[in-house]
Amino acid sequence: MNWIGRRLPRLEDPALLKGGGSYVADRAAKAAAVSFVRSPVARGTIVDIEIPSDATVFTGRDLVDVKPIRPILHRPDYVAIGQPVLPIDRVSFCGQALAVVVADDAALAEDIAEQVFVDIDVADAIINFETALAPDATPVHPEAASNVLVEGRMKTQGLDKVFADAAEIVALDVRSHRQSAAPMENRGGLAEYDAGSGRVTLTASVQMPHMLRTGIADTLDMPESDLRVIAPDVGGGFGQKMSLFPEYVVLVWLARKLKRSVAWIEDRRENLLASAHSRDQAFSLRGAFAKDGRLLGLEADLRSNIGAFSCYPVTCGVEPLMAFAELPGPYDFAEYGVRSRGVTTNTCMMAPYRGVSRPTLTFSMERMMDVAAKRLGIDAAEIRRRNLIKAFPHRSPTGLVYDEGSYLQAMEVAIDAADLPAFRARQSALRTLGRYLGVGISVFSERTGYGTPAYAARGMDIVPGYEIVDCSMDPSGDVVLRIGSSPHGQGLKTSLAQLVSDELGIEPHRIRIISGDTDATPYGWGTFASRSMVIAGAASKLAAGKIAVKLKTIAATLMETSSDNIELKDGWARVSHSNQAMEIGALARAAYHQSHRFEGLLPGLHENAVYDPGGTFSNACHIAFVEVDIETAGVRVDRFLVVEDAGVLINPMIVDGQITGGVAQGIANALFEEIVYDDTGNLLTASFADYLPPTAAEIPEIEIMHMETVSPESVTKAKGVGEGGAIGAPAAVVNAICDALSPFGIELFELPATPQRIREALRRAGGASYA
Amino acid sequence: MKAAAFDYLRPAGLGEALALLATHKDDCKILAGGQSLVPAMNFRLARPAILIDINDLDELDYLRADADQLKIGALTRHAAFHRPVVEGPLGTLLAKVVRHIAHYPIRQRGTFAGSLSHADPASEWCLVATTLRAEMVAKSARGERVIAASDFFHGTFTTALEPDEILAEIRLPLMTPDWRVGFYEFSRRAGDFALGMAVAATRVEDGTIREARLAVGGVADRAIRLGLLEDQLVGKPASLAIIDAIAREARGMIEPNGDIHASPEYRRDLIAASVKRALTEALA
Ligand SMILES: Cc1cc2nc3c(=O)[nH]c(=O)nc-3n(C[C@H](O)[C@H](O)[C@H](O)COP(=O)(O)OP(=O)(O)OC[C@H]3O[C@@H](n4cnc5c(N)ncnc54)[C@H](O)[C@@H]3O)c2cc1C
Repeated sequence: MNWIGRRLPRLEDPALLKGGGSYVADRAAKAAAVSFVRSPVARGTIVDIEIPSDATVFTGRDLVDVKPIRPILHRPDYVAIGQPVLPIDRVSFCGQALAVVVADDAALAEDIAEQVFVDIDVADAIINFETALAPDATPVHPEAASNVLVEGRMKTQGLDKVFADAAEIVALDVRSHRQSAAPMENRGGLAEYDAGSGRVTLTASVQMPHMLRTGIADTLDMPESDLRVIAPDVGGGFGQKMSLFPEYVVLVWLARKLKRSVAWIEDRRENLLASAHSRDQAFSLRGAFAKDGRLLGLEADLRSNIGAFSCYPVTCGVEPLMAFAELPGPYDFAEYGVRSRGVTTNTCMMAPYRGVSRPTLTFSMERMMDVAAKRLGIDAAEIRRRNLIKAFPHRSPTGLVYDEGSYLQAMEVAIDAADLPAFRARQSALRTLGRYLGVGISVFSERTGYGTPAYAARGMDIVPGYEIVDCSMDPSGDVVLRIGSSPHGQGLKTSLAQLVSDELGIEPHRIRIISGDTDATPYGWGTFASRSMVIAGAASKLAAGKIAVKLKTIAATLMETSSDNIELKDGWARVSHSNQAMEIGALARAAYHQSHRFEGLLPGLHENAVYDPGGTFSNACHIAFVEVDIETAGVRVDRFLVVEDAGVLINPMIVDGQITGGVAQGIANALFEEIVYDDTGNLLTASFADYLPPTAAEIPEIEIMHMETVSPESVTKAKGVGEGGAIGAPAAVVNAICDALSPFGIELFELPATPQRIREALRRAGGASYA
Repeated sequence: MKAAAFDYLRPAGLGEALALLATHKDDCKILAGGQSLVPAMNFRLARPAILIDINDLDELDYLRADADQLKIGALTRHAAFHRPVVEGPLGTLLAKVVRHIAHYPIRQRGTFAGSLSHADPASEWCLVATTLRAEMVAKSARGERVIAASDFFHGTFTTALEPDEILAEIRLPLMTPDWRVGFYEFSRRAGDFALGMAVAATRVEDGTIREARLAVGGVADRAIRLGLLEDQLVGKPASLAIIDAIAREARGMIEPNGDIHASPEYRRDLIAASVKRALTEALA
């Protein structure tokens, strides 16, 4: 029986659904509680921090020996900024941790935190692009000459000519407002001190446990071997839990200083205030189009608000440099000119969030295609047909090489399923009744599963990308896989077990996967960038493959045949064209207990493999159907269609889950979620009453279809699929809104398209029914 | 997000509760469903020294209709209104409105009286009480008084209740079967507080409006009864034209507040849309 391709229920779920999951907070009951005193202002100088007597409180002055968090990009245009774990003099954003309290329980810790009096000499905060990029702006960081901390630029030779020759130039200013990844479980850490060894175990809700160990050891100047990091069950991360945060460094410092266990369980207010934000971007695009709708060249000025600090390890280059490199997306054109800047402000730090820059860049390109189509009198699907990449491998103007994909085919399948003629008929019938329906298309490429070459190209000092997997089969024939990747809720263990099952011919429940423990797994990069299935999957398959080879040799020896004749399946090693067979468990036993019989083989069944790929591009087409209530400007998403090509599906149910969740976050991006600061840098959206993740009531059922293009770039034949849903949905939804409002000539370029923004656009367009 | 320290008292009867309120006054707060108070305490926006939990006061857990009033005891939960609690337009209206209050689990705990005492500007029950001219029965160790809705709401989170008083009962006038009711609310997500909403009730005879009730909520510091517009409706034929005219007037006569979700200008649009839709339903 083959396991790949089956909708196997997740092996993780029985425990999670029956309350058997174990998250940081479940483990923290016995530890002392930690609470952080956070800055009430965005910018200023610390004059004094008054601490209540006989309370356990530490400030930056107690942690002077701790190095700042200072990630590096080796690029001439990058300015490295250090983030002190607790600042001594300078406050850089509202919510920044200024002092730490340790008490017997969380309520007491908060009581004490309230009594810590912070005297700050407040300065004018720099919050947005306008003030940060003003010619006379004071730098947020005195060590930088300006507020631009990273800048990518390029221009192809023929760009000016295509603009000179263009039949139509489409210019647009796109604004994506700031978002939070808002994982269901906030951050949290438990640092336990072991008196016997002097080691600290940090159990934390994180995506990159090994990286965290390295980062903390570096800042605290301690040997990595003195620190063990465990990522237990993690309730979502979406990128927010990749970075090294000051809170985790402080926890380990406290455990070592106080020689006791301490725990910090973040609350939602802190998470919205001080974890990480994303997608605060302003993109200006100019597209040069030929009369037939072909895009000849693109010029772009891209700004990403990276907040007060640079996230470790990926740095504040993550949004601007991805936007720089991947803006061309699924379209085939040669001439490209771009300037992409990372702009620092007195706001919470930017860090990766599912899709990173791609939701904004896809939104930009797809809005541009729709606007160009209208201007040139071409159908929205047709203009895409004329521009999508059709030949592979494709080389983008920025030098990225796209492997085989199905850009055009995926769109055609989606358009067929959408039954646009029937929709158009309904749309015009309902318009006469004052109801406004719309449909929007979005096509995109998703670069996934990329290894060290991609990160090295960015100039990263710490170059992630590969994965190492240890695989062993015990004498009973059960398998343990130790992976450096670290799942945060996406069912990775199930998918890996399916892969390895097919490799070894045993059932998935006989495969145990150990992850998220630096004492028990090989060094790895965790989970992010739609990489785990492609990279940890390949390393698992390769490691298991080595064990399969060994099993076959053992079987061949014991059954006196050639190993080419052995097939591993359903728990048995069978000799082809004969009824001879041995149970795989018996072979495993022999590998350990009769190893003297197998000449040339090392005893036991223990192998490892490393995989470090160049990367593979997934692609998809999203089609959204919406209805806009023009009086209230409320938007309802009636139907949402996805045709995804993520290569071979290891577990289609898990893939569909990834897409559905991603689309929900994409719809949130399109319509609901927005982090808002006031002019002084005070956060106005500090709870879910004001920051608005949609509920199930706002998300329609997502209809998903698959293409399975097999790429030579992926050992497992799977492409990454973790981010696509979030990447494509904002563009599809807003294109649909603009289609609905086309009688008013409304074009929206802002995310989220909130009711008040839509209503304002209607008012300006004269479509407001109440003047 | 842990509450500041507080003492917790759980009286067994109303008399005991009133005595405790008389003793502790401003230092204490009544705990009913806890769906507004407990979050506020966890944010440390509210920090009562003493909580007086009224959930054991069975004598306040009732819903009764007499000849012309529906009497809602203080422990009646939102969820009690999921199905019409009385026959006729009033039960229909309450059942329609309750679905817009928060989410199912919250409606199992939160109370009608708690909503009125809390006086959130966007509370649906406060809007209903204002529209229908409810009476609030406040009890204290000093005695009992009945407060008209028009005197009860003083602004955001403030009411006519004294610190030693409990809102023991709310009385809503029953509506004869010839009344028609309408409700419309706009919120960002299911269960969110309204950015704008309206309740309308009308009694029409032979195509002519004889009586009207109309109010909007979620747009200012309290629900606003549109008495002037009620008067304008009376005597007019029920028509699309009058609905439209009233909606426009409502839009112009209120100075709404603004916040990050809705500017004053946008709230005006929501007032117009809500009034139009509530009235359309009530005149259908
Ligand atoms: C996520 C969420 C969404 C919500 N959405 C909505 C919504 O859309 N619309 C809406 O109207 N509400 C909403 N609520 C609030 C909810 O309806 C509360 O139940 C209600 O506001 C308060 O009722 P309670 O019984 O829970 O009161 P509590 O929280 O126990 O008390 C609230 C206040 O009233 C006082 N109080 C309570 N009972 C009495 C009494 N009998 N006499 C005197 N004082 C009293 C308390 O001392 C306290 O000050 C929401 C709540 C949450 C958590």
